[in-house]
Amino acid sequence: MTDWIDIAALDDIPQRGARVVKTRAGCVAVFRTAADEVFALDNACPHKQGPLAEGIVHGSAVTCPLHSWVISLETGLVQGNDEGQVATYPARVEGGRILLDTTFLQARSAA
Amino acid sequence: MTQNIIVIGAGMASGRALEHLFDAGADVKVTLFNAEPRGNYNRIMLSPVLAGDKTYEEIVTHDADWYEANGVTCRFGERVASVDRAAKTVTAENGDVLPYDKLIFGTGSNPFMIPLPGHDLDGVIAYRDLEDTELMMSMGPQNKVVVIGGGLLGLEAAAGMAARGVDVTVVHIMGHLMERQLDEAAGYLLRKALVDKGITVLCQANSKEILGEDGKVRSLLLDDGTELPCDLLVMAVGIRPNVALAQEAGLAVGKGIHVNDQMLTSDEHILAVGECVEHNGAIFGLVAPLYDQAKVAAQTILGEEATFVQKELSTKLKVTGCDLFSAGDFADGEGREDIVFRDPGRGVYRRLVIEDNVVVGTVMYGDTADSNWFFGLIRDKTDIAEMRDTVIFGPAYQGGAPVDPLAAVAALPRDAEICGCNGICKGTIVDAIEGGATDLTAVKAVTKASASCGTCTGLVEQVLAVTLGDDFVMPAAQSICGCTDLTHEDVRRMIKSQELKSMDAVWQECGWKTRDGCHVCRPALNYYLIADWPLEYLDDPQSRFINERKHANIQKDGTFSVVPRMWGGITTPDELRAIADAADKYDVPTVKVTGGQRIDLLGVKGEDLPAIWADLNDAGMVSGHAYSKGLRTVKTCVGTDHCRFGTQDSTGLGIKLEKALWGSWTPHKLKLGVSGCPRNCAEATCKDIGVVCVDSGFQVGIGGAAGMDVREVERLIDVETEEETILVIKAMTQLYRENAKYLDRIYKWMNKVGLDWIRERIADPSERDALAARFDLSQTVYQKDPWAEHAQKKAAVYRPVANLTLEAAE
Repeated sequence: MTDWIDIAALDDIPQRGARVVKTRAGCVAVFRTAADEVFALDNACPHKQGPLAEGIVHGSAVTCPLHSWVISLETGLVQGNDEGQVATYPARVEGGRILLDTTFLQARSAA
Repeated sequence: MTQNIIVIGAGMASGRALEHLFDAGADVKVTLFNAEPRGNYNRIMLSPVLAGDKTYEEIVTHDADWYEANGVTCRFGERVASVDRAAKTVTAENGDVLPYDKLIFGTGSNPFMIPLPGHDLDGVIAYRDLEDTELMMSMGPQNKVVVIGGGLLGLEAAAGMAARGVDVTVVHIMGHLMERQLDEAAGYLLRKALVDKGITVLCQANSKEILGEDGKVRSLLLDDGTELPCDLLVMAVGIRPNVALAQEAGLAVGKGIHVNDQMLTSDEHILAVGECVEHNGAIFGLVAPLYDQAKVAAQTILGEEATFVQKELSTKLKVTGCDLFSAGDFADGEGREDIVFRDPGRGVYRRLVIEDNVVVGTVMYGDTADSNWFFGLIRDKTDIAEMRDTVIFGPAYQGGAPVDPLAAVAALPRDAEICGCNGICKGTIVDAIEGGATDLTAVKAVTKASASCGTCTGLVEQVLAVTLGDDFVMPAAQSICGCTDLTHEDVRRMIKSQELKSMDAVWQECGWKTRDGCHVCRPALNYYLIADWPLEYLDDPQSRFINERKHANIQKDGTFSVVPRMWGGITTPDELRAIADAADKYDVPTVKVTGGQRIDLLGVKGEDLPAIWADLNDAGMVSGHAYSKGLRTVKTCVGTDHCRFGTQDSTGLGIKLEKALWGSWTPHKLKLGVSGCPRNCAEATCKDIGVVCVDSGFQVGIGGAAGMDVREVERLIDVETEEETILVIKAMTQLYRENAKYLDRIYKWMNKVGLDWIRERIADPSERDALAARFDLSQTVYQKDPWAEHAQKKAAVYRPVANLTLEAAE
């Protein structure tokens, strides 16, 4: 089952930008693309734990600010020649609000 | 009415003047005096006579029949003793007095004899007339001859005698042969050719004395003690216009007999032509201008309007079978560049001297077939920008259609040098390619070609293309990133010419292949748009790297460093207290002094940034932009304030510069330094822009670096005042902003456009002022403290958008 909770207005995050959501198990980065899609991923690059929320968002990917690894927002998979994957969480927009699935977030903290 | 014309000297110029008169059917009666016991012959052809290729009869221009047919009274072997200008008469050596209506001086020139001790010995001659030539022709394999003078005449004499088996030594005072017509490289090739023919060549050799025996020459003594035995000594060191008679007659005389554009001397009834003449300060030795003079003189006598105009001169010579050509001005000089082609195998050398895309001079050796074409480029001041890549190969490689540089490369011989740094010839590269090195990297690894300075990379690629044919794919110019096939330069051009003022416009008009670019192209485009449209374009933080988006340097653990500006490296106890308080308040783990004379607070948490900035703002400090592709620091020394060596107020100037430039965005980081004296304590000479103060003013250098590459600045300009220094640096910064590729430091950009190009822009007062004005305009938008703005208006975005730790705890 899912338990959607409202975390912020869509406009709190700039297009092609991200903000973090603090959880007990660390920060989750919430991304907003140019097409107003939202994605939630762990805010840590699989390479050196770079804060992905500070990266440049392009298409549906983000480039890590530390060493320019490119990560798919849809799958969490590292693009190009590098390898790795970032955990992704369900996120959606409804009525101008961003909703995250707390069940998943709690599962994360339990893991 | 028949004009009585007397001509003094039966040389090539006066002879040509007579031809024009007779051809025009002039009603004239001519009397021709000549000191030599013969009429007009082609003096230029004495060398082939000497070499035995021609006889004297073959080089006669006007024979007895010609003179008779034209009614010329020939008084050959007779000198003119004096001229009475008032009476308009000349007096011959035998006392005859002859009246004239027009008198023509064609007295030519005298060989210059160096007044060395012994110069009047028998067997010391010049190389001027048939008598000299005949003396040289009397020499044979049993004889030794010394020729003083490594110019054209001396070398022709030497070559002619060497062809007869004579043991010839050429003594030349200068460093290389024919220094007036050839540069060192061509002089070297000529010397080599002469030595191959058995001629001994001594350069930088000073003659001291001519030694004799029984009144006859025996040897030449050099000042280093060398004694060169000889049976004949030929002095061929130059000629002087023969002005003696004209001077005695009271005509205006300088180096030569002064003439105006109509070839009239200071006496309107007397003309002069040829080597005896001085026109507008110039004297003449080549035949082309002498013929022009002859024509003008004839027209003046005929009462026609005519003007003698000095033209660009070229020299095309053949010395001992070596083809030489030179034209224009081929000295090195400020703002001049060379294009050089060498083919050691064929002994070919070709050099073009270029100034502002115009060929101003050329020297050619070995293959002068295209010399007329090159001379035409000089004479017509043709802009060669379009054909610059191939111009050195000659007219065969230029055409209406775009030239194909590959054809030129294909035509190169195997021993043509491709890589000058490593001395790699085309053949070596071709062998490597055929041996399996089929791309640039492999060729570089195998041959070292293009492995040093890299300027021949294009040539090496062309050799690859020629050798491999269709198997080779010429790498396209590097595009910005995978989102586009266009280069940075292409896109900048589009942004300017198509007036693209938004990121979307660029993506659309330039056909971006991705929806909204990537982390490579977006920061570049954002910069280009800011730089080119400061008023119209709105900065896009989302296209900036995090450091520039959050105005702090991200560290490996995701924390940030904070560096407040310290203008010119000057601080106060109050500022230091505020920094110390901030460090305590925000638990800053590391406080470090930077290389740019500031204090770095490392390890600040992202969400604390607006608060620490607000505290620093309260103490009067602003962002140091330590994170930006923009103005970083202006490092200074204490200059005249305290230092006993300082020549100017370097600290004050540094602060003024920093206050003028701060906040500006540039293609890459921009670091300045101002040193108060050449001891250079501020290390200004390894900054992007460095100022070194001297007593007389300020030396502004650009293109220094002390990062991955360490480079010293190159001097841009010297100025006298602080105001000029600031103006120059603003203009320089704007030029860099408008033209450089994103992420090129000044030195990299300078390598592409050339320091000369930059210097020309900055040296031109109107361009300089316009650049500085555009810089000032941009600063009206961008010179603001981002910390204050973010601390007051954007603090929220530095905090988490939500905090779920509480919910999760429930």
